[in-house]
Amino acid sequence: MTDIADSSTSVGTAAATADELGEHRSLRTDVWRQFRKHKGAIFGLVVLTLIVLAVFVGSFIRPYDATQLEPEVRNQGASWAHPAGTDNLGRDVLAQALQGGRISLSVGFAAMIVGNLIGVFIGLFAGFVRRLDGPLMRLTDVFLALPILPLLLISVLFFREPVTGVFGENLGIFVLVVLIIGATSWMGTARVVRSDVLGLREEEFVIAAHSVGTRTGGILGRHILPNVMSSIIVASALGVASAILTESAISFLGLGFPQDLPTWGKLLSDGNDFMQINVWRTIVPGAFISLTVLSVNFIGDGLRDALDPRLRGKA
Amino acid sequence: MLRYTIRRFLFAIPLLLVISLILFTITELAPGDPAGALPLTIPDEVRQAYRASLGLDGPFIERWLRWVRAIFWYEPQHAIESIGNFCIGDCIQDSDRIISFSSRSPAVDTIYDRLPKTLWVMTPSLILGILIAVPIGIYSAYRQYSAFDNVGSFVSLIGWSMPVYWSGLLLIFLFSVKLGWFPSRYDATHEVSWTSLSSLGTQIRNIALPVTVLTFFNAAAFSRFTRASVLDNLSLDYVRTARSKGLSEFLVVNRHVLRNSMLPVVTLIALSAAGIFSGAILTETVFAINGTGSLLVQALFQADFPMLLTLTFFFAVMRVLFNIIADILYGMLDPRIRYD
Repeated sequence: MTDIADSSTSVGTAAATADELGEHRSLRTDVWRQFRKHKGAIFGLVVLTLIVLAVFVGSFIRPYDATQLEPEVRNQGASWAHPAGTDNLGRDVLAQALQGGRISLSVGFAAMIVGNLIGVFIGLFAGFVRRLDGPLMRLTDVFLALPILPLLLISVLFFREPVTGVFGENLGIFVLVVLIIGATSWMGTARVVRSDVLGLREEEFVIAAHSVGTRTGGILGRHILPNVMSSIIVASALGVASAILTESAISFLGLGFPQDLPTWGKLLSDGNDFMQINVWRTIVPGAFISLTVLSVNFIGDGLRDALDPRLRGKA
Repeated sequence: MLRYTIRRFLFAIPLLLVISLILFTITELAPGDPAGALPLTIPDEVRQAYRASLGLDGPFIERWLRWVRAIFWYEPQHAIESIGNFCIGDCIQDSDRIISFSSRSPAVDTIYDRLPKTLWVMTPSLILGILIAVPIGIYSAYRQYSAFDNVGSFVSLIGWSMPVYWSGLLLIFLFSVKLGWFPSRYDATHEVSWTSLSSLGTQIRNIALPVTVLTFFNAAAFSRFTRASVLDNLSLDYVRTARSKGLSEFLVVNRHVLRNSMLPVVTLIALSAAGIFSGAILTETVFAINGTGSLLVQALFQADFPMLLTLTFFFAVMRVLFNIIADILYGMLDPRIRYD
């Protein structure tokens, strides 16, 4: 009898607090409210949206085809017809940069997804299954000790032919670059997720789920994963930024996408030799890379603050 | 502490063996055969002899073990012999060592030749980066959300987001092409003499642009990290205690907060120091510095497997070594951490 009485009073107080608050508040609106306060994050969101729109929509509007050769107007500086000038074959530099951005952004996003999937998977299992913790963390240590950029370059150069043989020239190199960047960038996510899971594993709600007979998969998916989501989201933002930088580094060294499918990094390295003729070939692709990475990093900072319950509601 | 150090070094050996196996497997899986370019008219036994001279004969495991023996045993022994100018038993011959496919000379000698060029650029940019970043990071955290902090955070995020090859190219355009103050390419033939002022001056002009680029990048990373670390400490109870017992703000920050928040920063610096040796692959490419980073790119395009393996393994050794140094430093600086 006392049990029932107790529970009814607790329901009563819960209803009262909901009334006092007056409005519906969900986690999502709370996070958004905090996120809005971060000026840099809003700046990042606006700039990133503009870049994505310009790259995926604007390149269709732009009158010049990025691959159209116009030898009579080659190596021109900035003009009204060509806001960033033309290259040594008379292609419009701005149109090239916009088209190249489609690949750079797609690679960045896809590589982040691959890297985070691996990282989340390894982190979840290392944190949750005691027996796997040691081996998986040793694996992470080995990967952290590997010199990543040299290894990345070696793999892209040497596995180019087999992979392009399977998927075709352009798709093949896309798959290769995405997989290799993903396979070498999961360690941070894995560590963060593992440490989160280690803490969550001992929480009452997980023990409760165990005791009512929920399967391990169910516990991981329904109880653990939603609680590590905020760490994963922050890691994703940082992952996109570093994947875009890595891809442009590979392309800058001439190991990435082929000549007729230039990305920002490739455009930058092609424009390098023509710096004295048309400096915009250097400025424009690099500015796109930097602005994209800057805005993604800002968004990441804002998300981290907004998703941190200790900071939410302050400042 | 000593026991911990020894244990860490002993554990590093299997780790390095695993790394060497991974690196070896990757180059092994790679298509392409250095003997493949020989004309088809060459008799088979000559081809086999040629492959054997490149160390390409025998099964995979045997070749890996040969390589491990060369890198863990012959090369260190040769290094000791050439420093001490004596022989341990039979002297190590060049044929025992790891020979580059393209230069046909020992790979380690080439790396040793290239290393000073890399160190000349990387060391100043690491030191300058720390000297600039740490005070900025501390002050930014102390005055969180002030104008100084906002500007500092913004600039450091820009530095963190700008690829070094782009900022490098911009500096080349501005200071080499337009103003002509600094050379656009590193003068690789310049011999630095510490006694001649003009020689030092030339070298400083040589490294000015790459060092600027890398310093900006390092400073951006370090100041973000320092700021976060100081912020974590400023809200702790011991700071309130220090203030409430009447210490001046200067002492609170510089004696109490600084010491505690520098712990993770020291670790980060030790880990970054490992990067000194691998060089900045991209920066060296942009400024045509003939250091270890550009050696890697060169070996890559020449499919020079022995050089690639030796270089990447050298980078891995440095990473593992500085990881251990970072952990030991952490243990020495932080009395709360006792490894034994």
